[in-house]
Amino acid sequence: MKIKEIQDEIVQEFSLFDNWMEKYEYMIELGKSIELIDLKNKIDSNLIKGCQSKLWLFAELEKGKIIYSADSEAIITKGIAAILIRVFSNQTPLEILNSDLNYIDEIGLKEHLSPTRANGLVSMVKQIKYYALAYSRK
Amino acid sequence: MAIDINKIREDFPILKRKVNGNDFIYLDNAATSQKPNLVIDSISDYYRNYNSNIHRGVHTVSQEATDAYEKARIKIQKHFNVKNSHEIILTSGTTHSINLVANGFEKLLNEDDEIIISGLEHHSNIVPWQMMAEKNGAKINVIPINENGDLDMAVYDSILNNKTKLVFVNHVSNALGTVNPINEIIEKAHQVGAAVLVDGAQASAHFKTDLQKLNVDFYTTSAHKLCGPTGIGMLFGKEKWLKKMPPYQGGGEMISEVTFKKTTYADLPHKFEAGTPNISGAIAFGVALDYLNTIGFDHIDHYENSLLKYATEKLKSISGLKIYGEAKEKTSVISFNVEGIHAYDIGTLLDKFGIAVRTGQHCAQPIMDHFGISGTVRVSFSFYNTKEEIDKLYKSLKQVLSMLS
Repeated sequence: MKIKEIQDEIVQEFSLFDNWMEKYEYMIELGKSIELIDLKNKIDSNLIKGCQSKLWLFAELEKGKIIYSADSEAIITKGIAAILIRVFSNQTPLEILNSDLNYIDEIGLKEHLSPTRANGLVSMVKQIKYYALAYSRK
Repeated sequence: MAIDINKIREDFPILKRKVNGNDFIYLDNAATSQKPNLVIDSISDYYRNYNSNIHRGVHTVSQEATDAYEKARIKIQKHFNVKNSHEIILTSGTTHSINLVANGFEKLLNEDDEIIISGLEHHSNIVPWQMMAEKNGAKINVIPINENGDLDMAVYDSILNNKTKLVFVNHVSNALGTVNPINEIIEKAHQVGAAVLVDGAQASAHFKTDLQKLNVDFYTTSAHKLCGPTGIGMLFGKEKWLKKMPPYQGGGEMISEVTFKKTTYADLPHKFEAGTPNISGAIAFGVALDYLNTIGFDHIDHYENSLLKYATEKLKSISGLKIYGEAKEKTSVISFNVEGIHAYDIGTLLDKFGIAVRTGQHCAQPIMDHFGISGTVRVSFSFYNTKEEIDKLYKSLKQVLSMLS
């Protein structure tokens, strides 16, 4: 599935919720279901800076597509990381580089991905793109 | 007379707003306090009616502004019972004040000298001294904290010696709310001839401190912690120390005579107040002190203690909740964690209920390292908070925890 289609699918899922509490409960569920980063990659050099809770991100190239994995001490951060991974993982570096994140406004996650928020998720998006940039040159 | 909480809440317009559809419950008072109408109006009044640059001006409005600015200094002097008004330096706040003293001592100390800082310090209390030590080679010793989060006074006794020239400690810890034994610290420091700087930023909002009685050498606070605006604060320094220290910044106000060969510095306090100061801020700081003194610090202290006790009991009844720092003497601050749940998640969800708390290290990484935790949730109360708000905190927190577990 293309990045745009996955985003539309997520927007569709979130539109089913009536209130913030259901939305967050869903995010917490997503946080619990995330495919965790391999222990050998859960190291300080894979930590995302600017986060109140530790947030690790790793990426590897498999058959021309990038597979991302992440973990965090905070479950909400983990849930949002899970959504970002669902959007970007298993795509080619070029598709990732050329994508945008318009959908976050629609599902009400904008507050978490605002540059002034001290949760490191903006840095995570940046790091996702850096990996894509690096792998696009290989 | 006890506190008339309904009347007080009327004074703070922000308390009427909604956050995420709920009544705004502000429990982040240790970070900054909210401002009453009197303070807000005094800033507007200054800019509308007598804005002018102070000192040196011959015209009427400049004189009015100068009078108001200097009157604010006197209010601060009286509030802290300081002997001379020129011992009050108006700064941009505590961080500025500490840097000012550190800069002064950079010139006064050398590699044979030592300073002591407490392990309960806020970042801003550590970095200026490290910068000072890089330049003059003075040695920094630290008073560690014990299990309860109190300063280990036995270690203080052992590191204090004739080489110690300065001791820095905060009056109240911002992360835990612990009130430090500063009387004892000052007395012992003076026995070896060391000066003492006390950071009163967290203390000043909760109780009144008589600086002559305390016999401290330097004391500092930020107005925004006690209902005043941001960007203004004060440094008290004993005259003998302020005279010894060189000026911190060069500029207008701090000079007496300038030729290209030599500049003579102005007298105290202007020697340390270079450039156009925060005039409206200083005036509003004075108004904030008047406001708090009208309510009365005895009432504030008593009321906040009752909130602290009530909230501590309520929170303790939640299973898995651990409170950090339960010193006998503490201000209305509760730092806690809930087993298996990250502070950030709790703070994020409480915000959805309209409740503002702080999460993280509270600018006090050494303390968090001591407890082996990456952060806490910190709730801090002010005299405008209510027991009903604590009930809502308790109820919302229970809901948040059931969502997260």
